[in-house]
Amino acid sequence: MIAVIAWNTFREAVRDRILFNLVFFALLMISAAVLVGQISIGIEHLIIVNLGLTAISLFGVAMAVILGVALIYKEIERRTLYTLLSKPVRRWQFIAGKYCGLCLTLTVNTLFMTAGLILALFYVDQGLRPSDLQVLVGVFFILLQLFLLTGIALLFSCFATPAVATLGTLGLYMVGVFSEDIRTFGEISKDPMMQRLTSGLYYLLPNFGAFNVISAVAHEHPIPGALIAGNITYVVLYVAIALIASAAIFSNRDLK
Amino acid sequence: MAVILAEALTKDYLAGFWRQTPRRSLDSLNLEVQENEVFGFLGPNGAGKTTTLKLLMNLIFPTSGKATILGHPVSDTRMHREIGFLPEQPYFYDYLTAGEMLDYYARMFGYREDRAARVTRFLERVGLGESRDMQLRKFSKGMLQRFGLAQAIIHDPRVVFLDEPTSGLDPIGRREVRDLILELKKEGRTVFFSTHILPDAETLCDRVSVLAHGKLQGVGSVRDLFQSHVQGVEIVFEGGESPGFHRMQVGVNEVYDAFERLRKAGARIVSCSEVRPTLEEYFMKLVSKEGQS
Repeated sequence: MIAVIAWNTFREAVRDRILFNLVFFALLMISAAVLVGQISIGIEHLIIVNLGLTAISLFGVAMAVILGVALIYKEIERRTLYTLLSKPVRRWQFIAGKYCGLCLTLTVNTLFMTAGLILALFYVDQGLRPSDLQVLVGVFFILLQLFLLTGIALLFSCFATPAVATLGTLGLYMVGVFSEDIRTFGEISKDPMMQRLTSGLYYLLPNFGAFNVISAVAHEHPIPGALIAGNITYVVLYVAIALIASAAIFSNRDLK
Repeated sequence: MAVILAEALTKDYLAGFWRQTPRRSLDSLNLEVQENEVFGFLGPNGAGKTTTLKLLMNLIFPTSGKATILGHPVSDTRMHREIGFLPEQPYFYDYLTAGEMLDYYARMFGYREDRAARVTRFLERVGLGESRDMQLRKFSKGMLQRFGLAQAIIHDPRVVFLDEPTSGLDPIGRREVRDLILELKKEGRTVFFSTHILPDAETLCDRVSVLAHGKLQGVGSVRDLFQSHVQGVEIVFEGGESPGFHRMQVGVNEVYDAFERLRKAGARIVSCSEVRPTLEEYFMKLVSKEGQS
């Protein structure tokens, strides 16, 4: 059932032209990176990887937020849910299906953009380097970040309007990007109360900063396996909590 | 066993922004629908018809009371294999074609090998066979309503719930929907439909109930509902004081006196029949009475 809903969510999203526009702009930005790279003598590779991964990340976040915050709200507002939930579908299955469908959509779009980046690298370097495998690790981290962000957007979508959900999701994203700094701020502070507060916030808020390896990848530094395993575990746990909370809210909600 | 059973089903909505107060949308509804009945759920807009259907579909939750379908609580989604639902003004995914959307619904029931044939069969049944590859956003309102019917019956349900199935349709569309409801009855299914279009209820229903301001006003066969509401007796006679055919209406208790007067006047009685209100008159009377109280 979850797979059926996920596939349909993907199919519906693919037909929506906004995604094509975003992918087009991302590919345009990657092409621009080639131009910038060509005037950056000696560091073309670094510039292209840096700008390319940043473009993939930015447009991925835009897609996750735009689609994620409306994911459930739109179904309720447009009443498409009425016919679905009169079928043998449980509400948690609907939530899980919509989440998986959006993640599939984001994955396919990210892979399209990645193909564009790889082509750009191939064009500039007249071939691929072994270290370009690290680019794929960078893309994988971006995907993990998008899966996490989608889980949060979906949670907001279960009870808030798209405008409020966008503010909430983007707010958490921005704070999450700097969550390391929040903890550091607490460590610098001598106030134990402040230290407990910042430490609590650090563990509570999604740590998006942990997924940012763009600079390391651009400088061809290897990404430690422990970081990869840690980030995967973190996303699985965080998304599971977000989905359980979403399902709990949605299962008890009147669909007026 | 009642196919649909509602016991003291009540729903309050919270209204207001700062100080939310409960507003009763459905008040202690008791209802039983038997197998293979076409049951009409009548009431003006805002009477609580859609609220009742949403409660039965488990889309909203009752404040108190309970409801079962085929003996199962409405919260049991396994029972949804046996029911179909057409919401009022149904919406579907705009960018999918009719074939894709109906295939999506069919997948939810686990159909595999015969799924494509089933989708084709049901699209043809509602007259959309040639629109299979058209995106739903290009469908007219009538076409969407017919598509909605197809998705409600794609899995051969035992009980079909239809919320205002004929509203917004042209006369031909209404006729087609009415024919489909009668077909469903012939196939042995139970049909529960809400409507405010009274001729449809008169034509189709074995029994009807009337809802106004969230309260059930009456339930029974269309005939039974009016049995106790005989307004008088109409007598058609020929001759008497002037030649030709004449018509007169008298009270139920005045019939024999009227017969006697006509006999004395030398008139010939052609026919004598009860005068009962039309469903519309009955409906309006109940609704206005409830409004005043």
